[in-house]
Parts: sequence; C-alpha cells; structure tokens
Amino acid sequence: MENQTKVGLNRTGMQMSPIAGPDQARFAMSQPANPETGGAEILSAARGAYVQESSRIGSVPVPATGKGLAQTAMGKLKGQNPEVLIDKLGQRLAYERSGVRLYQAMIGKVEAAGHPDQAQLLADLQHICEEELSHFRMLDEAIRSIGGDPTAQTPCADVSAVASMGMIQVITDPRTTVAQSLETMLSVELTDNACWELLIDLTSQAGHDGLVERFRDALENERQHEAMITRWLRDTVLAEAT
Amino acid sequence: MSPMNNLWDNRGTPLDRQRFTWRDLVQQPISKLDDDAFTRVRIILLNGLEIDALRLKHVAARFNQELRVPLARLRRVEHYQATMINWLLSADHSPLETTVAYEQVAIEVTAAVAQAEPDPYQAQTYRFGLLEDFDHLYRYSAMLDRLEGKDANNILQGYTDIVPGRPTVDEHRAPEDDVRRPYDRADAQLITKIHANLITAAEYQTHDYYMNIGPLFADPLARQLYAEIASIEEQHVTQYGSLQDPEESLLEKLLIHEATEVYTYYSCVEQETNPRIKAIWERFLDYELGHLAAVSDLFKQYERRDPAEVLGMVIPTPLPFASQREFLRTVLAQEVGLRANGTEYVPKEQESTASQQARVILNADGSPTNTVAAGYRWSPGTELSRSLETSEQGI
Repeated sequence: MENQTKVGLNRTGMQMSPIAGPDQARFAMSQPANPETGGAEILSAARGAYVQESSRIGSVPVPATGKGLAQTAMGKLKGQNPEVLIDKLGQRLAYERSGVRLYQAMIGKVEAAGHPDQAQLLADLQHICEEELSHFRMLDEAIRSIGGDPTAQTPCADVSAVASMGMIQVITDPRTTVAQSLETMLSVELTDNACWELLIDLTSQAGHDGLVERFRDALENERQHEAMITRWLRDTVLAEAT
Repeated sequence: MSPMNNLWDNRGTPLDRQRFTWRDLVQQPISKLDDDAFTRVRIILLNGLEIDALRLKHVAARFNQELRVPLARLRRVEHYQATMINWLLSADHSPLETTVAYEQVAIEVTAAVAQAEPDPYQAQTYRFGLLEDFDHLYRYSAMLDRLEGKDANNILQGYTDIVPGRPTVDEHRAPEDDVRRPYDRADAQLITKIHANLITAAEYQTHDYYMNIGPLFADPLARQLYAEIASIEEQHVTQYGSLQDPEESLLEKLLIHEATEVYTYYSCVEQETNPRIKAIWERFLDYELGHLAAVSDLFKQYERRDPAEVLGMVIPTPLPFASQREFLRTVLAQEVGLRANGTEYVPKEQESTASQQARVILNADGSPTNTVAAGYRWSPGTELSRSLETSEQGI
C-alpha cells in the first residue's frame, strides 16, 4: 500500500468549485431557513428532555458469590458504593481485552504495509500486546478475588466499547497508513493511562491495597506504552514530512 | 389480556384510530445489559414481520388497482409500528452484536417452529435451515471476539450454544436446490401457513440487514464475512418463501399475513417480561386485530368468501420464546450432514452436482467464514480468557 501522504484530487473543499461554489453559497444565504428562527441550541433542548427521562445504560451485576455479596454489603455499610469499583474494573478489563485485538490488527498492518524501522516497531507493538493481555488476565483475577463476574459486560465497559468503535474502524481499514493507525493507538493509550490512574485511586479508596500495587505496576507499563507510541508516531510523521 | 380462542373475538382498534406522534415513535430503548435476551428476540422478530407486511402489501398493490388505497392505509400504520419496534434497540449494540442477536432469533424461533410444525416436510425444512443459522452464529461470534474483543454470550445470555453447525462453506447451493415443495392451501393447517410467513419474514429481514451493514465495516474480513453469510440468507428466503402455496390469491396471502401478525403479537404479549414493552405488544395486538378485520372485509368484498375458510376459528398455541438448546443439540448430532438435491434432503454423497459446482466457483479464493473462525472455540469472557501459552494464542 501507499504509506505516505500525497497531493491528489481531493474533491471535498470549496476551492474545487471556484465558480459553482461561491454561487451556491450566495444562493443558500439568499433563501430563508425553515423554520426561520432558532439555532443548534434547539437540538440540545430536545435532547435534554430525553436525558431527563432516560434510565441508565444498565446495571452492575449482583455478585453471585458469598464473598462478593459480603464485600458489597460491607461497602454499603461504610457508606460507599462498591459497585462503582466493579463497574470500572469491568471497563478496564474489557478495554485491555479489546486492546489486544487492536494491537493484533496493528501488527498485521505493519507487517503488510512495511515501515523504515519495521523490525523494531513490530517488536515494540508485540511487547505492548503481550502486556495488554497480561493486564486483562490480571484484571480477570482481580474481579474474581472480590467476588465479581469478569465475564459480565458492565455499564462502563459497554459505554467505553461504544466510544472505541471508531478506533477499530481506523486500525482495520486497509487504506489507513501506519501513521494514521499509530495516532489512533495513541488515543487508545492516552485513555488507558488516564483510566488506570482513576482506577488506582478508586481501588485505594475501597481499601484493596493488594490490588493497588498490581495496578500501579500496570500503570507503569501503560506509561511506557504511551511513550513508545508517541515516539513512533512522531518519528513516522516527521520522517514523512521531510 | 384474556386468552384468545377465536380470531374473530374482537375487531381491535379501527384503522383511523391507530395514531402516533414522533415522540411516541422514539421511546426509551431496551437495556442491552439488563433486559432479557428474549425481549430483544421479540423486538427483532416483530420488526421483521412488520417490514414483511409492508413488502407484501407493496407487491400486492402493483398487481391490483382497487386495493391500492386500502393497502396504502394499512401500510402507513405498519410502517410506524416497524419504526417504534425497531427503535427499541439501543444504540450501544454494535452492528456485530445486533447480528449475533439476529442469529439468536433465527435459531431459537426456527427451532420452536420446527417442533410445533405438523407437516413433516415443512418441519424438516426448518431443521435444515436452522443448522445453517446456527453455524452463522458461530462465525459471527468468532468475528465479534477477534475484531471487537467481545463475548457473544453477553448478547445470548446463556440461552444459545456457540458451536459450528453445518459449515457455511458447504451451505452454498445452486438456486434450484433451494426451492422447496409448498404446502397445499386446501389441506394445510393454519399454523403451517403462519410458520412459513413468519420464518420467511425473519430471514428476509436478516438478509436485508446484512446487506445494509456489511459495507459499514472497515475490516475487509468482516466485509467478506457478511457477503458470504448474506448470500446464504438469500438462499433461506428462497427456501422458506417457496414453502408457501403459489396458488393462494393475493388477498388470501394478505389474510394469512395479518393472522400471522396477530398470532405473533399474541405470543409476545403472553411471554413478555418487560412491562413497558409488553404494553407496546398489547397495543399493537389490538392494532393487528383491526388490520385483520380490515383485510377480512376486503376478502369478503372482493373474493366473496368467508375468511374463516382460510383461517379457521381457533388461534394456534402461542410460539414459545425459550431456549431450544436440547432440541438443537439433537438436530445437530443427527442432521448436520444433510444436503439438498432439488426439493429433497439427502445425505452428502447424493447432493446435486450443480450445488457442488456452485461452491467450487464461489469458494475459489477461499472461505471468509473459515478464515474468521479458524480454530475458534467459544469460552466465557472470550478465547483470550483460556489459560493458554501466549504462543498458542497466536500473539
């Protein structure tokens, strides 16, 4: 595939229609809107009605084990909401798991498309992929250890997956370049880092000190991932630009 | 709701009182996480049935001048019903997750139909087809796992097995091997006619859905997967559609279709666990009774016949919405090796040469369904959850 940005016949801009374009714009402004009054803020108001009436996406599963039930009950007695932690653990697990699939797709792209420093890039992507898998398995154990069900799709896992759909589309599109794909992976890593930080705070607040240490190790991995992808993106784009 | 023993029990809501607003049409959707999978099954099935009602009435209108306005009036309401029903699906279903749900509909509803169907040949046809939808579910589950990193059981909720059926690569047939023997309109029981309408509608909807969303995937393997399975769905529409007697008049077909809608809404009302959704099924059952009354009046007016000649007087036993796991495993074990030769089901070695040749041509560049599911076995939490060495995972 072509792996570089090239000038070509992009037809989307107004400059491609030097005569018809300005005429089209003048004509559009000469006609009244329908309805004539109002603006985009009206959509917000209409959406607001749905927001006020809607239930949430779904619920956190009730722990099936005695241990989980005890943890939840204990949390409630302390005035906490342990389901928030379970929701976020489920989100992190799902993110790491789909992250493995994203990295697998990314590795396939680099293998097929090539890169000036392909061997090293592949080695780094492979390393990150393996660590995402180990994070997933660690989170699976963590959820089980507090009596939760790691196979359940929690509300935050669901919402996070919706947000990630565009990332899958970019990485698996055979037309996207390695650079474009790296930029998407950077978004994945930036989100991952921020969410791990939050998860650590949440876990610490809930008193699961054993988990906090393991999560801090995972965060250190993620910081390295972010740095690696940032460096690869920068090097790839700047090399293309010179 | 009192049990319905007689299709003529009431004439439902008159057509001119079947009204909607836009706000009414776009209600809060179901929860993908908290609503029972069979609520989603009922939504998908009923949407498919309403779309098929539109389809049939559009085609009928092309053949009959006098029916055009009455059919347009009925279609308008059915269109709004389809809108309200289909919009109950929440937007957090990815297209692949919705696809998994569609295959669950095909499998569980066709399995229920196959067991209730009194005509042995028609029942065999349903068993033949469901093993193919069963395989589609396996392939799509593999794709969902390997593309999105998700577990298909989050949608299936433990009701439906995820294992290979009749391999999709072997399902491609020559067109003449998809056309079946129809029921005889004079002899067939009403439930036979209802089943044929219902499953044809479901498969038609599935075909159209895959044709619409296939090109929305960036992944070329997903695009190929949908292209291959959509092709089988077209075969299924041919198959199930050909179960219906082509000697039935247009109005007779319209009458049976309305009875199918009444029957299906009644089945849904009886079993719906979400009270808000159940209220929609109750409302629309009343509407369908109104549609049935309207079409019955047309039948009497234009064919000078009593609708009871076609429909009888008793509504059949409601369709069960429940896991058909044990039946499916039995059929899988006993019939997965069957193939088709013309209208008949035969052992593999007796399959027609035309179908074998069709497969050679289509599969010449490989099989997307085989590529996507190579080595795939479903595990709770996805195949990544299995305690395997990293190298075995192919990473």
